[in-house]
Amino acid sequence: MPNNPLAGMSIIVKSITRIIISMVMVFGIYIVAHGHVSPGGGFAGGVIIALSFVLLMLAFGKGVATSKITKTIASNLESVGALMFLLIALSGFSGGAFFMNILAKGAPFKLFSAGTIPLYNYVLGLKVGVGLFAIYLAFVVLEKAGKRK
Amino acid sequence: MELYVLLIFMIFAAIIAIEIKDLFSSVIAVGAVGFALSLAFLILKSPDLAITQLVVELLCLIILIRATIRKDLPLVIEGRWIFNTISTLVFVAVFLFFAYTALKDLPAFGNPIMNVVKKYLEQGQAKTGAVNLATAVILDFRAYDALGEAALLFTAVIGIMAVLRSFDKDDKSEADDAE
Repeated sequence: MPNNPLAGMSIIVKSITRIIISMVMVFGIYIVAHGHVSPGGGFAGGVIIALSFVLLMLAFGKGVATSKITKTIASNLESVGALMFLLIALSGFSGGAFFMNILAKGAPFKLFSAGTIPLYNYVLGLKVGVGLFAIYLAFVVLEKAGKRK
Repeated sequence: MELYVLLIFMIFAAIIAIEIKDLFSSVIAVGAVGFALSLAFLILKSPDLAITQLVVELLCLIILIRATIRKDLPLVIEGRWIFNTISTLVFVAVFLFFAYTALKDLPAFGNPIMNVVKKYLEQGQAKTGAVNLATAVILDFRAYDALGEAALLFTAVIGIMAVLRSFDKDDKSEADDAE
């Protein structure tokens, strides 16, 4: 365990992270996109995506991760995700009711099927991913501020 | 059978998490409870919940370890232990009494009353087109649940951002750009 967790870890951790991080992120996107055909869904996939950013931050230090997504962008994207979730739900009114599944159902076991359910999954994945990463960033910034005083 | 082994393991891990002196070991014991719960979900044939429990437990563990690792948080053990023990015992007795009277009316473990669920199982795939029936229930039949969950996470992020914001002006600008 290094003295300063914000500065990143050793060369071994960094090399392994370079190889593995894209796989973790793609696995998260896979879990989100296939939420309606296989176990998983927006929440679990979103947490995996957030974990990939947390891994980036633990391995390479704070600067690398926050150069990709700052706290402001993360909280803004989180709000966008919540609003889009509500927007898709409101679009059901064009079919008659709130949360009505208005799109075509498609063939079962296909990636593009089940109407609006994959859209909810994508939006939830975005929201949960950036939301939990924003919470983690907030904790790290708090620790830094407390250290200075 | 495996389920009972897991449950006993979880109870022991929870007792260790409470009783151990070292804060870091306590966090690890809490993690053991969570991972055993994930395995229990897998044994009960609910892979959706198992995946979610596993990844959420990982994130919680990382945050807890980051919060406890470099701090010598004081551990308070002395105090009114007679009063604490008696009140805990009274609470446990009251809780067990009400749980016993309430659980008598529930159906036996593993034999649910399939009133609404039967309809979901029969018509779920035709009505929603989703093969994964858990997702079909969460995001179509009971979509208000997902809306509430989204609102809850939104409120949690807003609350944490508000409580943990940095009061320093230059600290904030430093946090926003890559240093």
